[in-house]
Amino acid sequence: MSVLSSSIARKVAMALSALFLIIFLVIHLAVNLTSLFSEDVFNEMSHFMGTNPLIQFAMQPVLIFGVVFHFVMGFVLELRNKRARNVKYAKFNGAASASWISRNMVYSGAAILAFIVLHFIDFWIPEINTKYILGDMSGVLPGEEGYRYFEELQHKFVNPLRVGAYVVAFIFLGLHLAHGFQSAFQSMGFNNKYTKCVKNLGTIYSIVIPLGFIIIALCHHFNH
Amino acid sequence: MNLTLKIWRQKGPQDKGQMVEYKVTDISEHMSFLEMMDILNESLVANNEVPIAFDHDCREGICGMCSLHINGEPHGPDRGITTCQLHMRTFKDGDTIYIEPWRAKAFPVIKDLIVDRMAFERIQQAGGYISVNTSGNTQDANAIPISKLNADLSMDAAACIGCGACVASCKNSSAMLFVSAKVSQFALLPQGKVEAADRVRNMVKQMDEEGFGNCTNTGACEVECPKGISLENIARMNREYLKASII
Amino acid sequence: MTTLNSKVPQGPIKDKWTVYKENVDLVNPANKRNIDIIVVGTGLAGGSAAASLAELGYNVKAFAYQDSPRRAHSIAAQGGINASKNYQNDGDSNYRLFYDTVKGGDYRSREANVFRLAEVSGAIIDQCVAQGVPFARDYGGLLDNRSFGGVLVSRTFYAKGQTGQQLLLGCYSAMNRQIARGKIEMFNRHEMLDVVKIDGKARGIIARDLITGEIERHSAHAVVIATGGYGNVYFLSTNAMGSNATAAWKIHKKGAFFANPCMTQIHPTCIPRSGDYQSKLTLMSESLRNDGRIWVPAKMEDAKAIQEGKLKPTEIAEENRDYYLERRYPAYGNLVPRDVASRAAKERCDAGFGVNATGEAVYLDFASAINRYGSEQAKIKGIDNASKEVITELGEAVIEAKYGNLFQMYEKIIAENPYKTPMMIYPATHYTMGGVWVDYNLMTTVDGLYCIGEANFSDHGANRLGASALMQGLADGYFVLPYTIGAYLSHDIRTGKIPTDTKEFDEAEKEIKEKLEFFINNKGTHSVDYFHKKLGLVMWNKVGMARNEKHLKEAIKEIQDIREDFWKNVKVPGDLNEMNVELEKAGRVADFLELGELFAKDALNRNESCGGHFREEYVTEDGEALRDDKNYAYVAAWEYTGKPSEAILHKEELEFKDIELKTRSYK
Repeated sequence: MSVLSSSIARKVAMALSALFLIIFLVIHLAVNLTSLFSEDVFNEMSHFMGTNPLIQFAMQPVLIFGVVFHFVMGFVLELRNKRARNVKYAKFNGAASASWISRNMVYSGAAILAFIVLHFIDFWIPEINTKYILGDMSGVLPGEEGYRYFEELQHKFVNPLRVGAYVVAFIFLGLHLAHGFQSAFQSMGFNNKYTKCVKNLGTIYSIVIPLGFIIIALCHHFNH
Repeated sequence: MNLTLKIWRQKGPQDKGQMVEYKVTDISEHMSFLEMMDILNESLVANNEVPIAFDHDCREGICGMCSLHINGEPHGPDRGITTCQLHMRTFKDGDTIYIEPWRAKAFPVIKDLIVDRMAFERIQQAGGYISVNTSGNTQDANAIPISKLNADLSMDAAACIGCGACVASCKNSSAMLFVSAKVSQFALLPQGKVEAADRVRNMVKQMDEEGFGNCTNTGACEVECPKGISLENIARMNREYLKASII
Repeated sequence: MTTLNSKVPQGPIKDKWTVYKENVDLVNPANKRNIDIIVVGTGLAGGSAAASLAELGYNVKAFAYQDSPRRAHSIAAQGGINASKNYQNDGDSNYRLFYDTVKGGDYRSREANVFRLAEVSGAIIDQCVAQGVPFARDYGGLLDNRSFGGVLVSRTFYAKGQTGQQLLLGCYSAMNRQIARGKIEMFNRHEMLDVVKIDGKARGIIARDLITGEIERHSAHAVVIATGGYGNVYFLSTNAMGSNATAAWKIHKKGAFFANPCMTQIHPTCIPRSGDYQSKLTLMSESLRNDGRIWVPAKMEDAKAIQEGKLKPTEIAEENRDYYLERRYPAYGNLVPRDVASRAAKERCDAGFGVNATGEAVYLDFASAINRYGSEQAKIKGIDNASKEVITELGEAVIEAKYGNLFQMYEKIIAENPYKTPMMIYPATHYTMGGVWVDYNLMTTVDGLYCIGEANFSDHGANRLGASALMQGLADGYFVLPYTIGAYLSHDIRTGKIPTDTKEFDEAEKEIKEKLEFFINNKGTHSVDYFHKKLGLVMWNKVGMARNEKHLKEAIKEIQDIREDFWKNVKVPGDLNEMNVELEKAGRVADFLELGELFAKDALNRNESCGGHFREEYVTEDGEALRDDKNYAYVAAWEYTGKPSEAILHKEELEFKDIELKTRSYK
């Protein structure tokens, strides 16, 4: 990791992984949104995503690496940063100069991490189990017709507690993105006359993406 | 007005230090904050106590010496000023005011409210200059025209007084604003471009070695900076660093 | 009384420096590596000298009492730096800069030094630009100039309102390069407490580490003092709190003559004092006088009402205002030189027309400038019949663009909006033209001991023009001293390292330690500041802007009394071997208490009015300064003999071969 020995390199690495995850979120939301309009389209897309070797064996590891890297690096940096102030202030008015969320990215990040764990338990682990342990790549449940993905999706959103957890997690994601989106651009050295535009885009993004996921969760919960 | 002060007292670098409470009375609202401290110190001397050590010099907001963390903010609650330009009218009668030194591992306390900012010196020595001899035989000052925009941006970056409020205000104790101001000043001028890559690499390396934290773009430094140094400079340094690392 | 040898080279003034440089002895680069130089003070003069000497190859040890060279008070200069580049093609030349400086200095400076200063001024700008100093530029990308008081050309280069800061950062960066190379050893938070002489030559210093309190010995082949002026002898001045005369005074006591101490500049545009707690005064750039009109109420009852807070300046009708500078000096008006403007303000305030509670303030009013610029802008923008509000708004925008930072600074300090109500200003001590006597080589009367920048006396005579202090500091450090010091050091190449374990160092250290111990052990009753304030008051009231024989004699007595009291009753808490701010101050005030007396003595000796030195007895019929070129066209260089009162006067007669002596008139 000698490439990451400098603080700016670490900062850029955080930004790059963040931008990658930002793009991933858009794709993820786009796929999920189809579930609101067409069961078939959603099933087709899910099957494609779940079985295409390029996505499964190239993109998926990269994504996992990106997620893990972003989290590990984030926590490592937080620890290092805490150590950079060995004696604390008796009074520190951080709110006077920086937003709560920009100062607490590690907590919104931790909330998102908790969600991802839940998400893995809900979707990813069963998927991997079905496809690679049990070896069933068909996407169809035994004795049934058509793909299983939509059914499974709806089933997950029956429990109001889980839906609640999802909603809360996405609020944290929104907060994380509210700072993270524009921060990634700043870290990459992008700060010019378009910065205002980037900031606005970031605000829109941090509202629209989490809201999209929340709407999907709620729709499936109430339409079941 | 009458005030309660909670002030960090620490005998020396090895001492543990603690917050000590003092009372001051009959403070005029027209006084500067440091004049209020002078009055407190006068009364301490009168009582045969050791006065509180704090850094200050020009008392007109330009030398960068004064460095008090007041009520949780570097240079106090007002904006665009140093502690010496803070006036008591910012406070109310009966207020309790916390006065602490800059807190960062890279800025160890020397005594009371005085910290050691030699880390900044070493960063500057690592590359905060243009390698030109003072021979007087350089080319004419007008030989290279520089666009007014870049000259002005360079000046804005160069306005940094090296006080360390950026580090003090940052939750990560990052020195990025300070370093980027110097990197930017030279990166924006044709004279500085020749050594730009080495400069940014060396200065960032030194900054990291000094034990400052990592920048997370909270923007607190920009808000608290008495000279209004912009975050754009940090972005510029990131850019310069990437350029220097890739090419 | 001996005559001082200024060692000015022979020949026409235009060739002196060139010929000197061509003939001066040089030191071989290999030998430079074996020669150490101590530079005390790292402002513009000391910083530039340290960097240049290190570049040449000498081993430099530099000392600063702050935590970084970047904090020296050179940083506070706002306006700019003069250079005879003639970029504006308005007829400027080295000769004109020379002429303006000598005239502005009221013919009390040394011609040859000033001409050399003008000669190297252009190189300073080249050098600073090469170092990356971000001077202001015009839209074509070339350097911009502004005009300053007392001259008829635009030759002032500037970097926003922070020229001093930027120039200092420039030489600080040059120093950093040498510190990184190991050629400068930097001693931050160190204070020089004495110079050490061996066989009549300056061979080192005794310094105190301000963090640990340790007394250190440092040796060198030459010592350079660049510690700035002694304005803080007044307690209240625009100098930094730590600015002090200790280094200069200590070398004076070891044999360096002190020249013209009475020549002190009082700057007219400072923010007035608001109460007894005041710790320092803040200067606002002289450029404000380009657009501000200075006035006080014409009627005493209005002045009284204002002092009592019953009347606002904006409520006084135009005909009841006294624009006294425009009245007395119609030709230059509000742009008369600093000394003239300061005295005129004092005259009005002494007469009872001052405009704040202390009675020591006059108005600087921008209303008519706002109106003028506003109308102009309205025309440019094609607004017909613009309302008063629109004109004011447009005018304020122009003023903001020109002086925004100064207005903001004023508002922060006084809490009044200077766009809406006139500013209050009052003169304050700003710069000291006097200082350690040096010859053409910038060497003092002690061999191997040099003095540069504000700390010496040579270039500004009795009054300094705006934007000339930065020029002198950098000229001395970058371009003069590096040549002249070689002439001396070329004889020192065989000396070898100077040991510090000699009896001279022992004695100097012992003396210092005893004095410091005295302070700590003295069971006094009053703080150091108590005495400093008392001294300041005497200096301001009796040796201030206007002086007379009676007051000066009283002042000398009073200063002696304060000094006696100080040595009996000063109280310094804390210990020797730790950071001890009160102890630092005690040493400095002890020196001011001696310097103040010599200051008054010099003022008493000089029976004329010139520049910053104004004697009430020597005035023309209409109250203007009356110079006496017949009897006082000399530099008064004082030799220390044990007591300031017994200092011996040495004269350096000033010759003006290239400039005709004229009475300064700004009417």
